[in-house]
Amino acid sequence: MRTRNILDGFIPIIAFAVIWEGIAWLHIVPEYIFPSFSAVMREFYHLTVNGVLLNNLASSLFRVLAGFLLGSVAGIMMGTVMGCRQIINRSFNPIFTLLYPIPTLGWAPLLMIWIGINEMLPIILIFLCSFFPVLYNTITGIRSVDDDVIKAAKTLGASDRKILTSVILPLAVPNIFTGLRLEAGMAWRVVIAAEMVAIPTGIGALLIRSESLLRVDIIIVCLMVLSVMCLVFERFFQYIETKMTKEWR
Amino acid sequence: MPDIELKNIRNYVFNGLNMEIFDKELLVVIGQNGAGKSTLLNIIAGLVEYEGSVLFDGVSVNRMLTDKRRVGYLFQNLALFPHLDVASNIGYGPAVNGSRRESIAKRVDELLRLMKIEHLRDRYPKNLSGGERQRVALARALAVSPQVLLLDEPFSSLDTGMCSCIRQEIKRIQKGLGITTVLVTHDMAEAKEMGDRIVAINGGEVREVADLQRMYRNYPDDLHHLQNCTGCAIECYCKG
Repeated sequence: MRTRNILDGFIPIIAFAVIWEGIAWLHIVPEYIFPSFSAVMREFYHLTVNGVLLNNLASSLFRVLAGFLLGSVAGIMMGTVMGCRQIINRSFNPIFTLLYPIPTLGWAPLLMIWIGINEMLPIILIFLCSFFPVLYNTITGIRSVDDDVIKAAKTLGASDRKILTSVILPLAVPNIFTGLRLEAGMAWRVVIAAEMVAIPTGIGALLIRSESLLRVDIIIVCLMVLSVMCLVFERFFQYIETKMTKEWR
Repeated sequence: MPDIELKNIRNYVFNGLNMEIFDKELLVVIGQNGAGKSTLLNIIAGLVEYEGSVLFDGVSVNRMLTDKRRVGYLFQNLALFPHLDVASNIGYGPAVNGSRRESIAKRVDELLRLMKIEHLRDRYPKNLSGGERQRVALARALAVSPQVLLLDEPFSSLDTGMCSCIRQEIKRIQKGLGITTVLVTHDMAEAKEMGDRIVAINGGEVREVADLQRMYRNYPDDLHHLQNCTGCAIECYCKG
């Protein structure tokens, strides 16, 4: 049944590739503007074999993982403290409420001046992009835990710390993972934008170089890789969330 | 099990409440919505702030936090931990109190047997019926060998047949274990079936304390009336 579902998902993609190949084969537009699917796949193979694609992907992946990990951990920790302690929430919430609506890439010019154009720039941008949504989802998750459940744990002898680790955080997991899942895809979008603007390595940089060389086939390869990476990240968190909560939700 | 005294309790509901709950008795607290019944339980459990004194066997527990009072609390919505299976729900109290793994398993087995829910051991709360959830919640409350058992309208979500059956079982278990118990309800039939004594609370004050045996003897008509009229319970009691 599962194999059947996967096959069902691939059929439209295969149909799309066939139609794409057919349109390119008609040569309505020049191949350098609209390459065929097979030409793109050939380029994908070349870029993979000569290491260009993998090197750039590794650079982007490192930035995404570093920024996302730091931003998520910070968001979960701060969200936990703000969700549990009203006074800390009241102190920080006004500041975060002002900072959250700023588009992540809006920080780029300021960060370029403050930290320069180096490896830290995309990492900090991804940190900012991950931090706020994970923070607010964590706070929401913690606040949504039923008060009576917390009281029940207290009457059974659990300390505040034990209640946090054994009741509140496990029950906040679905909300926390919603934040992580949404931002996993967003982190890739931000790293590509940052690399296109300022960084000479990574998938974003490869994209912008390909544009200057009018290599539409490489651009499409990069977009495909980006699409797959976003999907893999989102599905990864979905899988972990399901694994952790499917028994009781 | 302790004798519980509440002396001159004051907070946002009570204005100088005095009350005594005797060792091993099942005291029923009746009253309409907003009368302060649940607040009374929360005070005994140390879950809300108050002025005055709560004494367990003559010893003040005012400075004792909830987690140290050894109180078994059955909440109205039962408040089972949804992310833990039945065995883990029951074993939660002993586990957080530092019991060894073997003794937790032994205690869980005992309570599963006592509640006749051995077959539910690995189920999660979402997969339990109302009555099953009730038994699990009671087993969880008993797992820490509480000094006092507090029951906050625990039968309100059950259908009548199930309700009566669970009441009798709780009564049997309470008498068997000899736990001082306070049951909050607004259902007079439930109060009559369960209680050794009945306290009516209204507007944050104890209006009357009734000994059921005395009521049966002296006011059979009122008692019959009360069974059919939960809304006027307090007025009827005041006659006694």
